[in-house]
Amino acid sequence: MNAGIVVVGASAAGLTAAETLRHEGHSGPITVVGDEPHAPYDRPPLSKQVLQGTWEPGKTALRQPDALSGLGIDWLLGTSATGLDAGTRKLTLSDGRVLGCDGVVLATGVTPRRLRDGHELAGVHVLRTLDDAMALRAALLAATSVVVVGAGFLGAEVAAVARGLGREVTVVDPLAAPMIRQFGAEIGGLLADLHTGHGVRVRCGTGVSGLTGAHGRVTHVELDDGSRIPADVVLVAIGSVPAVGWLDGSGLALGDGIECDEFCVAADGVVAAGDVASWRDPELGRVRVEHRMNATEQGRAAAKSLLGDRTPYRPLAYFWTDQYDVKVQAYGVTGAELDFAVVAGEPAAGRFAALYGADGRVVGAVTWNLPREARTLRRFVAERTAWRTALSAA
Amino acid sequence: MKVIVDQDRCVGAGQCVLAAPEVFDQRDSDGIVVLLTEDVPAGSEEDVREAARICPALAIELSEP
Repeated sequence: MNAGIVVVGASAAGLTAAETLRHEGHSGPITVVGDEPHAPYDRPPLSKQVLQGTWEPGKTALRQPDALSGLGIDWLLGTSATGLDAGTRKLTLSDGRVLGCDGVVLATGVTPRRLRDGHELAGVHVLRTLDDAMALRAALLAATSVVVVGAGFLGAEVAAVARGLGREVTVVDPLAAPMIRQFGAEIGGLLADLHTGHGVRVRCGTGVSGLTGAHGRVTHVELDDGSRIPADVVLVAIGSVPAVGWLDGSGLALGDGIECDEFCVAADGVVAAGDVASWRDPELGRVRVEHRMNATEQGRAAAKSLLGDRTPYRPLAYFWTDQYDVKVQAYGVTGAELDFAVVAGEPAAGRFAALYGADGRVVGAVTWNLPREARTLRRFVAERTAWRTALSAA
Repeated sequence: MKVIVDQDRCVGAGQCVLAAPEVFDQRDSDGIVVLLTEDVPAGSEEDVREAARICPALAIELSEP
């Protein structure tokens, strides 16, 4: 392959793919198309340091300007892709241009879900982009009462930051505890206690039925149990959907994301990476991961695959969340339906590590303020150690 | 080859220690990266490049001679 490759998406996965193409010897043209006006930046700090105000927004830049310009890449920022014909690899852009290419990397990420009712009111926010983060920060600084809808990664982190900024904060989630889907009931309960201990009102086990407003501004969040919470700022953090609407009619298989094989290949000469990619894993079936490490790892894997590498993509997922002074880190598969056992430290002491198991094997590990232990336990996850063996060895 | 780490950026993922344990370690308390040596030992260059590439916080910078 020595002609042009176009990377659609200029965030972590797209940037990594473009860099990998260069490092792995692709000397032909590379174009990166990104719908945001910003040079590639990092998203995890948006719900942490950027929202807190401890980082200037510029610190999220994924590369220095000279490193970006040194790659010999044509950057089309502030431009979105509006269509693709996967068979002929013709890409249509929002400015009307049509790019023909030898290879395409699709890394368009995800779009936040919106509430069905009342989302259009002023004061209602989502958080995905740097601009979203700056708008939310400005709103939080002026707010009295903040309601966070959804207690997943994003909602829990934003609740912690908003509370740290001195706001009255309520978190609402239909499940029984924060992040229960991600980490299970034990850690969910600890997170509920953590937030409550910091003065956040945790309203778990009830959903949001709607938002009410006055003069176009949100004033209250209505809950399924009939209660009303006053709110001048609402963050809607109820998950995301893969940004694949523009690929309707492309000829690609679109399910929960762009469906790829185990080599990240969606069609001949078309690969996908990052939050938007749903790849096939021989054991786990279809996998789509919205974690930061996956963007880097899959960006590399997809680029190499496009250049002919035939290594199946089988990452060991790593992810983390920072809330107040707690760092939770995890490897592999974690969640509510799995076996769970604390293997080091004490939850009551605020430092511990635990394993998740299924079918007699270790499938995941989590640590709570025990970062070095995460690396130790990773081995059990990577080796899918027998549950009993791991419990006695850990 | 020299390594510089940015402890303010570091998120304590420990991926660098997995990639190049001869160069990186983590603090016990919070997992923040600790540099065992600024000068990359001969033979570890590729491990350290890998560590810089996979760091989820972009906290590792290399200066190649």
